[in-house]
Amino acid sequence: MRIYAFCVYLFLYTPIGIIALFSFNAGRHASQFQGFSVKWYGRALNNPFVMEALENSLMIAFTSAALASIIGTMAAVGLHSMRGPVRAIFDAVIYIAIMIPGIVIGIATLIALVTVFDVVNPWLAGLWADAEAAPQFSMGRGSVIAAHTMFTMALVVVIVRARLSTVEGALMEASADLYAPPWVTFRRITLPLIAPAIFAGFLLAFTFSFDDFIIAFFVAGSETTLPIYIFSSIRRGVTPEINAIGTMVMAASLILLIVAQLILRRDKKT
Amino acid sequence: MTQRERNWLLLAPAAAWFFVMLILPLSFVFVFSFGERGDAGGYVPAFTFEQYANLPARFAAFKNTLILAPLGTLAAMLIAYPLAYQLAVRTDPKWRLILLVLVIVPFWTSILIRSYAWLFILGGQGIPRLLDFIGIEDVRLIYTPFAVLIGIIYGYLPLMVFPIYVALDRLDKRLLEASADLGARPMTTFFRVTLPMSIPGMATGCMLVFILLMGEFLIPALLGGGKVFFVGNALVDLFLQSRNWAFGSAVAMMLIVVMLVTVTVYMRLIARLNTQRDDDVALM
Repeated sequence: MRIYAFCVYLFLYTPIGIIALFSFNAGRHASQFQGFSVKWYGRALNNPFVMEALENSLMIAFTSAALASIIGTMAAVGLHSMRGPVRAIFDAVIYIAIMIPGIVIGIATLIALVTVFDVVNPWLAGLWADAEAAPQFSMGRGSVIAAHTMFTMALVVVIVRARLSTVEGALMEASADLYAPPWVTFRRITLPLIAPAIFAGFLLAFTFSFDDFIIAFFVAGSETTLPIYIFSSIRRGVTPEINAIGTMVMAASLILLIVAQLILRRDKKT
Repeated sequence: MTQRERNWLLLAPAAAWFFVMLILPLSFVFVFSFGERGDAGGYVPAFTFEQYANLPARFAAFKNTLILAPLGTLAAMLIAYPLAYQLAVRTDPKWRLILLVLVIVPFWTSILIRSYAWLFILGGQGIPRLLDFIGIEDVRLIYTPFAVLIGIIYGYLPLMVFPIYVALDRLDKRLLEASADLGARPMTTFFRVTLPMSIPGMATGCMLVFILLMGEFLIPALLGGGKVFFVGNALVDLFLQSRNWAFGSAVAMMLIVVMLVTVTVYMRLIARLNTQRDDDVALM
């Protein structure tokens, strides 16, 4: 049994290890190891396309995770003290958001936004005196943020509601009995209690958005995110530079995961 | 402001967002699936069932998905179960958390990079070259159903281990002792106690993995190399290459229907399995 477990771990980590190993390859050929070098890391970090894609990815992931955490938490708190059909409809919508494959979300968002923009843009141009100066909608960072926020918001609602259901309702009632206005009760009692869940939701949303390829592939328009860049590079052939980028991305997620664990751990102790 | 008004205000942004970015786009897919393709691609309003009638043209994509997704799910479960069992039942609690985290960590890193690693390993310079050294020549691994299956197992194994682990961890270990005390052999205990009690965990794991696999694009795109393609690959082709939005929408609707049907049938089966087990227990 132990040997079996060891083999599974080997299976899980060998491919990752190989990527990391070959990212230090001095040679130009991806599959023959020709000595140790960090030159591909330098190459990747000095590649303007990589840096632009990275900047887009970070910006999209941070914005959508922040929006999803705020709006999702608001919705979770609202739903918590609600019964009846509105709650049932909301549950159904969240279920749909999570169940529908990412690829369908991607194409649906693409055709809906492109169709709506085709109607709105000429109308906006007509509204402005100088048609050239009129604001125009197009697919890009904004549409990726909107789509990612929609999906990750559903995750945040689920996580925060699970936490809210374990929180002692009596604490909130006591606060209200002592004449604390609802906002004060929320800020002093509820928020500290659900903070770890919001934080976990934020991290999950950030990671999802940063790693997402399929939704961004459809709705990013002419913009590139890091996964889109990696995918199109792989299509052109395997290079040590991609190994270096991949290793950095994996290392970054690992650090994020450890930091999250440490914060949640500390939170539990206090 | 009453509590009711406050709740509405709290829900309003999320409701608006879900409506504009989920309900509205999905309605577009539904409407477009009855439309026609424009001359330059895109969509022309119409009401026709032509696109649905054309679905058999993409039969191969549905067939591949419906063979490889369940097969991959099953294989991942068979590999995950012994590991989850080892972690939950046999491992010193001191090491349990760290070993569990080690299983889940890969899932938190980009599936794109992890699939790409297999492109590297199964490609011409990887395992086939090693096999070449020991005299087995001309083995082709990459761009085969096998490569896609490996990619699926590798990508989704962590997601499978976790729910099974949780189910086995919750299992009251005294039941196992009781079974042993009553003279059951370890094998009997496993098949009569442990396995039935971990069915909910297995069911959750399979469901999670299966749903994600139905919409999979990256693994077949990278490891199937255009030869082994899923519905997801057909959708990318229809929307981004041939720009046939009407037919693409029909394919997407079909994918959702197939998913709903299989998941519903699956849930019914699991529910029946559970009630049957309860009957067994009642009879004993």
